[in-house]
Parts: sequence; C-alpha cells; structure tokens
Amino acid sequence: MLVRSLATFGCAIALGACSTMGGGDASRSAASSPSSASAADGPYASTYERFPGRPTALVGATVYDGAGQRFDNATVLFRDGEVVEVGQGLATDGYDVIDGSGKFVTPGVIDIHSHLGDYPTPSVQAHSDGNEATSPTTPEVWAEHSVWPQDPGFSRALANGGVTALQILPGSANLTGGRSVTLKNVASRTVQGMKFPGAPYGMKMACGENPKRVYGGRGRMPSTRMGNFAVNRQMWLDAKAYAAGNRSRRDLAKETLAGVLDGDILIHNHCYRADEMALVMDMAKEMGYKVTAFHHAVEAYKIGDLLRENDVCSAVWADWYGFKMESYDGIPENASLLWKAGACVVIHSDDENGIQRLNQEAAKAQAAGRRMGLDIPDAEVIGWITLNPARAMGIDAMTGSLEPGKMADVVLWNGDPLSVYSRPEKVWVDGALLYDALDRKRRPVSDFELGQPGEGDVK
Amino acid sequence: MMRRALLGTAAALALAAPAFAQDFAITNATVATGDGSEPVENATVVVRDGRVVAAGTGVSAPAGAEVIDGTGKWVTPGIFSAVTDLGLSDVDGVSESNDEAAGNSPFSAALDASRALNPNSQDVLVARADGITRASVYSRPSASIFGGQGAVIDLGADPEMVTRTRAFQIVDLGETGARISGGSRTSAHALLRNALREAQQYGDRAAIGAATARPSETRFGDDVPLDPRLDGRDSERAGDVLLTRFDAAALVPVVRGEQPLYVVAERAADIREVLKLKRDFPRLDLVLLGASEGWLAADAIAAAGVPVIADPLDDLPTGFDQLAATQSNIGRMRDAGVTVAIGRMSGGTGEQPRNARQYAGNLVALTRLQGATGLTWGEALATITSVPAQIAGFGGRLGTLTSGATADLVIWDGDPLEVGSAAEAVFIDGVRQPTDNHQTRLRERYRDLDESDLPKAYDW
Repeated sequence: MLVRSLATFGCAIALGACSTMGGGDASRSAASSPSSASAADGPYASTYERFPGRPTALVGATVYDGAGQRFDNATVLFRDGEVVEVGQGLATDGYDVIDGSGKFVTPGVIDIHSHLGDYPTPSVQAHSDGNEATSPTTPEVWAEHSVWPQDPGFSRALANGGVTALQILPGSANLTGGRSVTLKNVASRTVQGMKFPGAPYGMKMACGENPKRVYGGRGRMPSTRMGNFAVNRQMWLDAKAYAAGNRSRRDLAKETLAGVLDGDILIHNHCYRADEMALVMDMAKEMGYKVTAFHHAVEAYKIGDLLRENDVCSAVWADWYGFKMESYDGIPENASLLWKAGACVVIHSDDENGIQRLNQEAAKAQAAGRRMGLDIPDAEVIGWITLNPARAMGIDAMTGSLEPGKMADVVLWNGDPLSVYSRPEKVWVDGALLYDALDRKRRPVSDFELGQPGEGDVK
Repeated sequence: MMRRALLGTAAALALAAPAFAQDFAITNATVATGDGSEPVENATVVVRDGRVVAAGTGVSAPAGAEVIDGTGKWVTPGIFSAVTDLGLSDVDGVSESNDEAAGNSPFSAALDASRALNPNSQDVLVARADGITRASVYSRPSASIFGGQGAVIDLGADPEMVTRTRAFQIVDLGETGARISGGSRTSAHALLRNALREAQQYGDRAAIGAATARPSETRFGDDVPLDPRLDGRDSERAGDVLLTRFDAAALVPVVRGEQPLYVVAERAADIREVLKLKRDFPRLDLVLLGASEGWLAADAIAAAGVPVIADPLDDLPTGFDQLAATQSNIGRMRDAGVTVAIGRMSGGTGEQPRNARQYAGNLVALTRLQGATGLTWGEALATITSVPAQIAGFGGRLGTLTSGATADLVIWDGDPLEVGSAAEAVFIDGVRQPTDNHQTRLRERYRDLDESDLPKAYDW
C-alpha cells in the first residue's frame, strides 16, 4: 500500500489541506471558498493530506482541459500535487514520462450528487444513513456524520469512473435535508481524511413529491406542494431572525441556515418540475439566499432562460425519466437544450452505478443534442463532468480543470472518454497515482471486501 | 404487431404476412446479424413478407423492392429486452398506473402478465424508438415467491402486443424470495418444492394433457391450445394444499418442463441450490436470473446447460448475496460455456431498457482492460438480440438476421453499442414503426422558448 511521507510532503509543500496550518500554500488558500463554512475549518476539520507523487509528464495524448479547450498531441505536466502546464512540445526534463499516444487526458471527474458512504453497499437497512426522515426540516444534520469511508462504491467510482471528487448529499425525504460534504475520492480510515480541504459546505433542499409524500403519509405537514413552501418559508423567516441577532446561542439548524444566508453555504436543491424551480428561485429572492444548483431538474429545458438569468446550474441525468410523476417530462435533450439557452450544465449521478459512467452519460446527452442540430464540442461536454460541477461546488479555483497551479486531479483514459469503449487507465489525485489499471495492487480495496470472494478483483 | 385476423386458423396465422409489411432491401450498410459474429461492411439486408430473406455481402436487392441506402448506417436485429416490465406501467412511482407486481393478490403463479399489457405506455414508445422490438415481460414476485406467468411481446404500434402468452414462470429464490416466503431461504425452497409437487399431482389428477398445457403462440402459427384452467374438469384435492387451484394449474406446465422456470438467484450458493432442483424435478426447464456471482459457479451452470439472464454491470456488493459481483461476470461465464443474455432492465432510471446497448458496449470495453474479461463486439450484441430470443424459445426466429427470421430490425446512425448512436428506423415484422412519443413531442415544443405570439400550449 501507499506509504505517506509526511516529512517530505504533508504540510511543507503546497498543501492548504493541512489541518495544522492556516495556509502553508498562499495561492491555494487564497483560492479557497469562504472559510467560515468550509470543511477545512471548524469542527470535524479535514485531515486530508495528499499522498506522494512523482513529477509526471503525460505525452502525446489528446487533452481536454475541462475548461472548454482541446489540445491534440499535447503534454500535461504535473508535480508536487499541482498542474504545471498543458501544451504542445513542452520540455519533460525532470519528469517521469508516460506515453499517452492514442489516449486521452481529462481532469478528474467530479460528481456533484452522490450518496456514497451515506447509502453504502451492502444496501442493508443498517446502512440506511442518508435521510433523517423524522422531521421535514433538518438543517442541523451533516452528511459527513453518516459517511462510511469503507463503502466499496468509492473504489468503483475511482477505477471505472475516474471520479476524484464528489459531493455527498443527504437524501430528499426532507424539505431541508442537512449539510452536504465534499470529499476527495481518496480512501481513508476516517471521513475527515477524505474531506476536500477548503471546500464550502452545501445544504440539501428538496421540493416536490418526496417531502410531501413522506410527511403527508404520516398525517403531518407538509402533505402538499403548498405545504412544502409554507414550511420552508417559515423556516427561513426564523433563520433570518436568528441571523439578525447576535447568534450567541448555539443552534445547529440555525447555524447552517445562517451560513446559507451569509452566502457561505451553497444550496443544492432537488427539484424536477420547471414550475417548481421557478417558485423556488422566487422563494430564494424573498428570503435572501441563492440557489446554486437544481439537482435532477428533468424539466430544466423548459426554463433554460430563467435558469441562465438567475445564474443557477442544473445537475441532470442524461436520460432518466418517468420513474415518478414529476419526472414524466424528462427528455434526453435536457442538457443540450440548457446549453443552447446558455445555462450552466452539470451531469450528475445520484447513483452508485451511474457514478462509474458519468463520461458516458455526458456523451449520451451530447449525442441527443447533436441529433436535434445542437453541435456541442467534446471539450465543452467534458466540462459538464469536471469544471462545471467544481464551480457549483465552490471548488473550481482548486480543481476541475488542468490549469497551472490547480490540483493535479487527472485521468488518463485508454481512449476517447466520450466513447463507451474507454476506461480510465490511470487516475491521479493531487498528483498521487491512486489507480492504475496496469497494476493490480494500485487499486483501493475497502476493509469490507477483505477476505470476501472477489477481494481485489478487477470489478 | 399489426392488426390481424385473430379468428383465423392456425395455418392462416402461420402464413399471414403482417398487414403493411414492406418488401425492401437495405444496401451498403454495416450489418451485424446478432448471432455473435462481427459486423460486416458494405452488406445488404433483404426483407420480404415480414421475414429476412438474406443478410450479408454478395446479397443483392431484388428487382422491384424498395431500396434503402444504408451508406454510413448500421443494421442489426431489433433489440430483445429480456425480463423487463415494459408495458406493465406508465410511471413506476405512480402506483395507480403500475402493474409490475401484485403485492396484495390472493394468487401467485397464476398471475398472467399478458392481461395487463398496455401498448400505449410511454415506456413502450420510448423503447421502440430506440430499437427495442421484442421483450419478455414479467410480473415481479411480491406477495409470493412466484411472480406468475410472463409473456413474450413485440413493441409494434398496434393493439396486439403478445407474441407468446404464458411463456415462462418466475420464482425468486434469492434474498427477496427468502423474505417473501417467510423469512428464510429454507422457507422459499420448501414453498417451491411443495408447489411443484402439488402441481405434479394436480396435473395428473385433472388429466391435463401435455399438449393442452403447452403455452400458446399467437405469433408464429402454433396451435392455440385450450387453457387447462378453463376446461371445467375439477379434481378433488387434499385439505392441506397450499396452492389455490388456479395457481396449481399454472404450475403444471412448469413441473412438466413445458414452460421454462426463471429463477432469481445471485449468490453462488443459491445458484448451486437452484441447479439441484433438477434432481427432484428432472423435467424442469431452468433459466437463471441475476447470477451476479455466476462466475463462481460457472462450471456447474454450464454443465447443467442452464442459460443465464444476467444483470449486465453489477460490480458492487449490493447485498450479501452479491459480494463477488464484477463486471467480468458475464465474460467469465461465457468462457465457461454458459449461454448468457443481458436482462432485467426496467423503468426509467439508468437501467431503463434502452440502455442495454450501452451496457453491452461496456462489456466490450472490458476486453481492453487488463485482468478483466469482456465480450467481443459480436458476442455483446448477441446478449441483447439472439441469445435472449433463444432463451425465450425463439432461437433462429427472433433476434437474428438469419434467413427466414422475423424481420425485426433496426437501422442505426452508427455503431449501436456506442453511447452516441441511436436508431434511425425501426422495423417489426417488416413493418416500419413510428418513433414519435411524449419525449420527442416535448423536444419539438421546447426547441426554443419563444412565447411572443402565444403560450407554449399552442405549439403542437
């Protein structure tokens, strides 16, 4: 296994992650999102430290930088955990050279909507830790307190999906489900060891069928969509009163809500229908907060203009539809039509299987657009699963694209990542090689899988 | 498929060409026949009277036939969706519309999926538009370990969906079956064995003849038999029977091996127990469903000659019965000589039936991954065309472009296993199918968001 060399790497070099330092790397910490609500500070702080890596040059590959650019026959340089440069004909002295000819390089894939760890496999009742479905508003719960770092799903997302960072959200049983946590997809004994240094917190909200079904079914409010809004609005009014005071009395729920009102905690709002998203955006205006992203958003294509004007991202599936009433109008062209409207597109999974194929989902969404005459460049489509989710998670200054100084979260694909026939060959997180398809020991195996049939199998 | 004279004789049915079936040839296309072979470029497919005449290179379009230029296109058999719920619901989560399981029914094995089919379900229309032409449809075990009798259907745009009613019986002997049956696998096995014995006895006593118990085919001209449950001959039964008469009658063809028994089992140990059923009931015609740990019992499965309809890409220990799940499962079973199809895709999430092509493509991707076991392109296509058709009892007749096969075929705009490709034209029984549906209509309405003249509601 990996041996962590704290003396060499740890705090000394370029790692704003170190819990023991306030910002050993000036540029990194300056890039961090609002500190008061970031995972690096406060309780349960991140203890993630990058693992040792070699200065690496990927030479001759086709590179999508995540920010919309494509480089043919290019070189990607990274060292000390950071991207150094991307371009053609770069000198590789001092770097381990890896031949990338015929292969592709992208930033690490980022999933903005995952429940890994909170709903881990095996999916037994004892592992059902994603919905605190005992009250319709639970801003006081934190997803990180449910994450089981031994969920085998993390390793599949890394090896098969090239996923290097992901946001773990509470479920959608509640109108306000609690705080999310953004993780590095790096195996750790503790969730703190996975927490993405400097990432802002998010808060999960849900509109529509789920909350009213869960609570209406118990004869409680909300049992209707209007009940959903009434409960939410009162919650915000109470939170505003708290935030306007001296905040001296500890109140876990109000602290999270105040963080949202302060702009430090980002709202991730599960919502399917166009009309409801429009209402939620008005609720945000009424109460003085911002919706960062609608998740699922199967009807986003009906209001691409509104979403663009309100600067709200839509995190969508490629083709899910019709599994519940509010998803009945889902169409495969959703992402492409949003792109056409100039709105922000993110492809998400919400699924321990789908997270292994976000690249394929993006390709499907792109192809649906192509068939209706929308020709979206491959390089932009890669952004749907890299830089755009990074933006909506508030970590785009640190990762999501292969720009100099950013974290060296990198995937070397054995072919075009927008093809079904391609898989990650190597995955680096902060410049550390954490998956190598050509080295059977360079793959994580969770505690749970030790001694089981198929331990260490290719999966 | 297309409307036809249901009152016609068996012989007439056998010979009848579907109304509106076209005679045509697709030329200069990349053609894959679905039989496991690799695709062939610059090939021609000829269709006459709803059947494939020939497919390959060196085939020429007959004089007078409509010629479709297939340059740059791919042609394959229509996709066969094995063990799905297509047609049994409109919206999974809307219970009023959902007939996928009968959780409160007093009946079990007697449930007949063909009674609930809705050809206008958007799931059917969406699947058809993406090249799914046939399916085996089942009702999920819910109140009992038995799900009831599944049907083989076509997805043609006409009122009659059934290709073969009562095509198979389904039973769950995995974790779910154990919970349903009373809390343990022991109970599930006892229930199944008791049920089969009751059926055996009931079939003998009621003098239900073998021929009359044979499931009917309305599509291929076999005789339409009298349903044994409707023949009016009661039989005396002991007071301690568990099955209703209706359910016992439904299991008579199963115990006689005249109707396949599809058995859900994931764990290697569960699979081995299923295979042992043949010791006590030697005539059972078994098919395994799921089999996530099939690779651990692959030799035994192959030796028993039991085909598998597998979940395509399971690689997580979803339960303690799937600890060894890996995407290489299907490839490893293939290596051991097991006949494997992809199936159990349903609903509107990632596992919706139209994504079977993507899953098959992923099995090809495994061939480029060190240590993994994948399928060749031709084998992968076969898992969603000829193999499921063969398991359903239609080998050589469906899911293939073999001469004489039913002309269910699709013209694709590219490699059908690639995520960017889609169906351009879909034929069922040689009849070109409409591909519009709720989704395509929404797409057209919201192509732009302009409401300067009238609300969107007037844009149709």
